[in-house]
Amino acid sequence: MSIIYFLIGCSVLLALAFLSAFFWAQRSGQNDDLYTPSVRILLDDEQDPAEDK
Amino acid sequence: MPFIVIPGPYSNPQFWIIENPKMTESILSEKTVCYHCGEACLTTRYTIAEKQFCCQGCKAVYTILADNNLCTYYNFNDHPGANRNRLDKRFQYLDEPGIMKELVDYTDEQLTIVTLYIPHIHCSSCIWLLEKLNKFNPAIYYSRIDFLKKQLNVKFNPAAISLRELVELLYDIGYEPLISLQDVIKKQNAEPKDNLVQRIAVAGFCFGNVMLLSFPEYLGLSAFEQSFKHFFGWLNILFCMPAVFYSGWEYFSSAYSNLKNRVLNIDFPLALGIAVLFLRTVTEVIAHTGAGFADTLCGLVFFLLVGKFVQRKTYHHISFERDYRSFFPVAVQVITDEGEKPVPLAELKVGQRIILRHNEIIPADAILLKGEALINFSFVTGESVPVSKTLGEIIYAGGRQTSEAIELEVVKPVSQSYLTQLWNNEVFARGGNNRMETFNQRVSKYFTIVLLVIAIASLLVWLPNWQRGLAAFTAVLIVACPCALALSTPFTMSAALSIFDKNLFYLKNTAVVEQLAGINTIVFDKTGTITAPADSHVGLNGYLTDHQKQLIYSVCSNSNHPLSRMICHYLGNLEKLPVVNYREVAGMGITASVGSHEVKIGGGRLLFHKHNDEADATKVLLMVDGVYLGYFTFRQHYRNGLKRIAQLGTDYKLFLLSGDSNHEKDELLSVFKLPERMNFNQSPQDKLDFIRLLQQMNARVMMVGDGLNDAGALKQSDLGIAVTDNVNNFSPGCDAILDGRAFDKLPQFLRFAKNTVSIIHVSFLISLTYNLIGLSYAITGLLSPLTAAVLMPLSTATIISFTSIATHIAAKKRNLL
Repeated sequence: MSIIYFLIGCSVLLALAFLSAFFWAQRSGQNDDLYTPSVRILLDDEQDPAEDK
Repeated sequence: MPFIVIPGPYSNPQFWIIENPKMTESILSEKTVCYHCGEACLTTRYTIAEKQFCCQGCKAVYTILADNNLCTYYNFNDHPGANRNRLDKRFQYLDEPGIMKELVDYTDEQLTIVTLYIPHIHCSSCIWLLEKLNKFNPAIYYSRIDFLKKQLNVKFNPAAISLRELVELLYDIGYEPLISLQDVIKKQNAEPKDNLVQRIAVAGFCFGNVMLLSFPEYLGLSAFEQSFKHFFGWLNILFCMPAVFYSGWEYFSSAYSNLKNRVLNIDFPLALGIAVLFLRTVTEVIAHTGAGFADTLCGLVFFLLVGKFVQRKTYHHISFERDYRSFFPVAVQVITDEGEKPVPLAELKVGQRIILRHNEIIPADAILLKGEALINFSFVTGESVPVSKTLGEIIYAGGRQTSEAIELEVVKPVSQSYLTQLWNNEVFARGGNNRMETFNQRVSKYFTIVLLVIAIASLLVWLPNWQRGLAAFTAVLIVACPCALALSTPFTMSAALSIFDKNLFYLKNTAVVEQLAGINTIVFDKTGTITAPADSHVGLNGYLTDHQKQLIYSVCSNSNHPLSRMICHYLGNLEKLPVVNYREVAGMGITASVGSHEVKIGGGRLLFHKHNDEADATKVLLMVDGVYLGYFTFRQHYRNGLKRIAQLGTDYKLFLLSGDSNHEKDELLSVFKLPERMNFNQSPQDKLDFIRLLQQMNARVMMVGDGLNDAGALKQSDLGIAVTDNVNNFSPGCDAILDGRAFDKLPQFLRFAKNTVSIIHVSFLISLTYNLIGLSYAITGLLSPLTAAVLMPLSTATIISFTSIATHIAAKKRNLL
């Protein structure tokens, strides 16, 4: 049953990794604007100018 | 056929702009809309490649976009542009280093970063175009939009493009930034960062892990698994540390500072609960006497913080804190010996001569020296029909010049002007809250005292057995920890807020809902608040044949005067006849010939060579071929639902405060019942004083206003509501912003707010019931961690679901959903 010590250690480490990933995302401003990217992704990049109306 | 303006309060001679465009372009018979902005096109004058534009401005924007191969802009949405009649750009002040420094976020030789607020951002085309600024000028490295905040963040090379050129580019493509020193952006970005989200994340992380580790204990551990028990216990303590000292720390600091100020608020029992939970968990684990309450502790902190998060509602595009500085210009053109020079407003001195062009705002009380002043005071009073001023007259700050350039001499400094001195009143100095105490604050005082009494009593009861006594004492503090109570208000209020939000009523924060329920007196402003500012009501006294209507329409459609526009609008889209000998005389009216008919439209002086000044409302007289046909009247029209407002009179005292003269007194009597409840000719200061007087008579006053002249009253009142027809536009500082379209729902809002408060009361009773159940275990001193761990989330879940369902039902009942 000592394997439980190891497993708990692993699970805590994994959880900490996710927590720090969330902190990093928050600090680097990824959650500041939650709306615009959803629109931006739908805009096509370049079109041939001839197609422009 | 004639035309006359009899001067009413807002009409004024010199109202008429002389203009005589040649009638070469054809008038569109069928309705066409502008390719750029979607407004109706009145002429075919502006056409490129079969695309119609309504004005030169829209056409210019299209040309620029076409030149840069950026017409994809028009593919994403129909008519994405902003209408632009104005073609003047005045951004010279952005070259002043002092002003520039205030505006940019960061600058060095190679890089400048600036965030601009652009009210027109509204669709995906906007995002597409504004993030392609680099195509117009390679010196712009980066441009990013925050759509909800309507902000554009730009990084550019200041050596290659100046801030002024950048703003002019934005202006050219139809996205004029709103620049003011007391800026919305600065406010929003300066919001204190308290890392609430991070703290929730940490609390949630601890909560999850502690739950996992506590489970084996609840399910029962066999004797040979006891070593795990201690291991789990220690891990639990480890996980509690960040939950208490990082996530929950604010409860301790807040409780401490409140105690120091001799205030008992809900944070005190919460902090006490957290502290007791933590200490008891640590002692139990160290002494091997039990499993402790680690899961209850982490859960408590987590739920409390979630409650805080829910309560914090932000409207990115609305600002509740604006004062006159946020809509006054940043700088004004001053005439000096070396010519015109932009001067920041703060440095404007008495005696300086300033020049104001079309659409600029008068920043300080000044005397008109030169030019024709046609001032729109809609920001100040809500009255949208411009007023004309004669030379030598004092013009109060806050008006917007709507005709040509004028020269003025400043007679008062900006902060001492008739309007702006309102902000020197002590009301504005007194920051923070003079507002009503919320239910939560009132209750938590007694709650804390009762809680402490019970806790100490249970300690004393067991006293010889101090171990059991201490257990009972701590258990009381744990189960009675007002978690559910602390959550009932935020969850109810945030549900209520989003319902108000859906109905175009925007509240500054959740406390406003309770204030809304608590008021007993409502004071209305008149112009712009109970009257709709945009369209005055045009009425025709007299009878016109279809042919005569057509004659008048043909003549009026040549004029840019606001009243002519309204007449055209009133008559509808008639076929236009060719007009000759067109002559428009400022302040008098128009004469013209249509076919064989002679048409005169205007004031009494033009038609009858005499000035008759009987009317209250603005009148425009009509004369065709020397025969007087009647006149048009322009009255403001009341917003829909004024009748429903009148019904409020049974529950509330209604008052009217108007800056205008009393010519509408009789009509309004049906709403306000008693003549003494209507006050006319009120200055901004009078309005403030009136509210204060009502408050001294123990009234809890809600002020409903719209213009800057109501700002003092809005601030002084217990609850200030600003009515606006475009929430992105200016509205004075207030507690709530009401969209004009939802004005008729005001009685429903008031009733719904009352329901919301009742819901809070009921949920308080529910949480109290849970506390009592917990207490019955606690005072025996035999509270098991499992009971606590079940009770706490259960009560929280009950409260959250009850409040959201009840709020929903209440909203349905009031027809708000």
